[in-house]
Amino acid sequence: MDIQRLISMANQIGDFYESYPDKSHAEQDIAGHLNKFWALPMRQQIAKHVQTQNGEGLHVQVKRAIQAHLQL
Amino acid sequence: MDDIKYDKNIDYGTPTSKSTKQVTLTVDDRQVTVPDGVSIMHAAALAGVMVPKLCATDSLEPFGSCRLCLVEIEGRRGYPASCTTPVAEGLKVHTQTPKLADIRRGTMELYISDHPLDCLTCATNGDCELQDMAGAVGLREVRYGYEGENHLSAIKDESNPYFTFDPSKCIVCSRCVRACEETQGTFALTISGRGFDSKVSAGITDFMDSECVSCGACVQACPTATLIEKTVIAAGTPEHSVTTTCAYCGVGCSFDAEMKGEEVVRMTPSKHGGANHGHSCVKGRFAWGYATHKDRITTPMIRKNIKDPWQQVTWDEAISYAASELIRINQQYGKDAIGGITSSRCTNEEVYVTQKLIRAVFGVNNVDTCARVCHSPTGYGLKQTLGESAGTQTFDSVMESDVIFVMGANPTDGHPVFASQMKRRLREGAKLIIADPREIDLVANSPHIRADYHLKLRPGTNVALISALSHVIVTEGLVKEDFVKARCEWDSFVEWRDFVAKPENSPESLANDLGINPELIRAAARLYATGGNAAIYYGLGVTEHSQGSTTVMGIANLAMATGNVGREGVGVNPLRGQNNVQGSCDMGSMPHEFPGYRHVSDDATRALFEAAWGKPLSKEPGLRIPNMLDQASEGSFKALYCVGEDIVQSDPNTQHVTHALEQMECVIVQDLFLNETAMFAHVFFPGASFLEKSGTFTNAERRISPVRRVMAPKNSGLDANGKKEDGMEDWQVTARLSAALGYPMEYNHASEIMDEIAALTPTFKGVSFKKLDELGSIQWPCDDENPAGTPIMHIDEFVRGKGKFFITQYVPTTEKVNAKFPLILTTGRILSQYNVGAQTRRTQNTAWHPEDTLEIHPHDAEERGIKEGDWVGIASRAGETVLRAKITPRVQVGVVYTTFHHPESGANVITTENSDWATNCPEYKVTAVQVSRVSQLSDWQKHYKTFSEAQIAYAQRATRANESTKVA
Repeated sequence: MDIQRLISMANQIGDFYESYPDKSHAEQDIAGHLNKFWALPMRQQIAKHVQTQNGEGLHVQVKRAIQAHLQL
Repeated sequence: MDDIKYDKNIDYGTPTSKSTKQVTLTVDDRQVTVPDGVSIMHAAALAGVMVPKLCATDSLEPFGSCRLCLVEIEGRRGYPASCTTPVAEGLKVHTQTPKLADIRRGTMELYISDHPLDCLTCATNGDCELQDMAGAVGLREVRYGYEGENHLSAIKDESNPYFTFDPSKCIVCSRCVRACEETQGTFALTISGRGFDSKVSAGITDFMDSECVSCGACVQACPTATLIEKTVIAAGTPEHSVTTTCAYCGVGCSFDAEMKGEEVVRMTPSKHGGANHGHSCVKGRFAWGYATHKDRITTPMIRKNIKDPWQQVTWDEAISYAASELIRINQQYGKDAIGGITSSRCTNEEVYVTQKLIRAVFGVNNVDTCARVCHSPTGYGLKQTLGESAGTQTFDSVMESDVIFVMGANPTDGHPVFASQMKRRLREGAKLIIADPREIDLVANSPHIRADYHLKLRPGTNVALISALSHVIVTEGLVKEDFVKARCEWDSFVEWRDFVAKPENSPESLANDLGINPELIRAAARLYATGGNAAIYYGLGVTEHSQGSTTVMGIANLAMATGNVGREGVGVNPLRGQNNVQGSCDMGSMPHEFPGYRHVSDDATRALFEAAWGKPLSKEPGLRIPNMLDQASEGSFKALYCVGEDIVQSDPNTQHVTHALEQMECVIVQDLFLNETAMFAHVFFPGASFLEKSGTFTNAERRISPVRRVMAPKNSGLDANGKKEDGMEDWQVTARLSAALGYPMEYNHASEIMDEIAALTPTFKGVSFKKLDELGSIQWPCDDENPAGTPIMHIDEFVRGKGKFFITQYVPTTEKVNAKFPLILTTGRILSQYNVGAQTRRTQNTAWHPEDTLEIHPHDAEERGIKEGDWVGIASRAGETVLRAKITPRVQVGVVYTTFHHPESGANVITTENSDWATNCPEYKVTAVQVSRVSQLSDWQKHYKTFSEAQIAYAQRATRANESTKVA
């Protein structure tokens, strides 16, 4: 899929958790959402983007969530 | 009165009473005990004594005008009307005496002296209450003659496409007028004139020119042939009747299909329908003719390429061609290249077998349903907060509401039968808050109803509004803390409370985003929190946004914070668009969950289904519809089995959808008609209409209702010799495809599918066709604890245990207005049409809505030199289309509005791929556009015209393939 679309979808998820006071919990929830609702090829693609492109375009918290908690 | 059993075939004359006090009286020497407050007529009927009557019927309040139901009461003077006289302890009533017989005969004689004596050729011959009463009272002669002034030559009004009004047969009993008022709440009819000149009158000229919404309540109430269905005039009275469930909106009305052999004569709303209680709307009541429309395709068709004409084939050929293509694609591209889409127009059983096929045969979870593009945020948001992906109430609960908060829903158009019930409660005095960018009819355009607060927000600011309302409730100390402490996760509440209390969430701070006076928001919040039982009803105006799921969670937060969950009169009520939105979601048609909302990664659930289905299943969530389309556009998704859904017309950014379909190698469409998606298909499986199959639909209040087959499926196809094969119910088509793929599904009847669902799904444990026959309908959860179902959920505790609050930060949509696209387009529905219109456009409902129009505010129109009826181009970042302008102050300045019931309108050519963060539900409700006067159709529309005409011709000219031209 178009990586820009995946980036904006992931950032939208990040936006929802932006206001949560417990940042580490929010990161788990962001990744939890991706694990629960994104098909594996989509998760693999965004993970690759974080690995190879340093997650360019992703919000910091979303990138951290993917690095720490994404299941592949 | 639990011990009274009402028989739906008996008209008790006047409504029952809710009183728990009992009264015993004697009617013609029969002692009967009845609820206090009922009429003597009602009590008599319960005792088995039918008092003659004309103006009374038990769906309406008594009126006392016909003077036939007079009785004698011992110790009382005169001859009181039994319909308007309430029961009292110890009364001794006589319904048949020589004096009463004399009076009744005299009254009937007067009626008949001004009534045509054409009984034998009258459409209601044998089904006429006037005729019955003439017989019952023993009328033998009419002494007055017909020479004097009369109404016998009054002119018929045939303006309505579905029923006629023949005033010459009217007895002015006012049942139609009262039905229009009490049952429907439209007040379109009145009695004009006085005395002998009294007559029923609709508007100034005729029914079509009046406020009449053609719900059929007046026709249902009429005791004579004055108001009668044109189909009955044409076909005569029906000879048998089967109770089934409407295939239109999420109200899920119960109807009696009144039949002559295998032909429907009329559909009448079932008095004992749990959702509709004998009421109907113009769609369910009258717009069923599409089932036999000439456009229906009844023979399977295949083709290699979408630029090829179709070839008619036998069912065997079609199924084996589809199966061979799916097997080829699976081998060539892998299982991830295959998926299925079900529709909310399918029965539960059809959805279940489709998701089973995709999951079990291919080992992927690439199955989605059209709820993706309407209520997926409801499923997500309510599961997160309350623990179950469903509305909390039964429709009847609204009769206990003191405050009704309608947000992003237009019930009078989208859910008309429930709207009538809601309006009844509003006329009784319930308060009304409406949050909608547009002035829907409930705001101030429904008789005797006026919204207390219309929060006319800007499209896309729902979360800001919810935050502002929550801010007022928290900072003004209106939270029901005892409820929250007992029922909810306290920590989540504290986080939410601290968040919404922030100054940036106050109505004043958000006023600029919302465009609403902060004082209005404060007053509405106070009313919602303190006005008694408060219920929220919401629709797609909540869900179809980039923050749809956030708003749903915000609504649940509001309800929990104010203690408005878990009893009659309150709750969170998603108004589902289509008949089986709830059911299709329940049936596991979402790519991340099995039936009963259990995630595919849950090992125990997966093991359960693997054992039952005998196949290994994937623990990975599959692709959602937009993901499938994105993957297809890029070439990695190749085959789609699309059952009953029309993604080309209903999904956003049409050109993206059609491009994706063009890249696929096998698109299988199963439908009644060559819908827009079928124009891009390689295999067409003709479907069966709801009249031709058995199954169940589940409505917005979780009510599972039976769909009963009243005629043989018309998708009979032709065998190799050109002879007709047997038609198939849609689940049979899916099961045959599955068998051809090497995975037979051994069901003999839809009821066996439901048995399997019940065995595998805890919330459906007690559901069976047999129980549905006994109870009429069942609201899930239905299990050992709730064997008759659960009308109200979360009574003692939430399904998830403690309710959970979520912080709902307002994030403005990225779809912003600018100099190039300065207006916001928002979309909606209209009463007479349904969804993509495939059904309603093929009925006479087009008399009310022949085309989609663009509503634009007078100010915006004037600025652009646009006049009423002008062609206007609407351009967005996604595309451009052309509609006629309708200038109206119902929309606010800066906002334009349209519907998407006609494919050539191309409303979704303009909508974008923006979607809800949690579910990918499209942001249909906010598209930045420019509108300008034009003189011709858009390029897309011109292309569409050429393309669709060619595709229709391919189907019309489809002929049987001979051996040499066969594509398979």
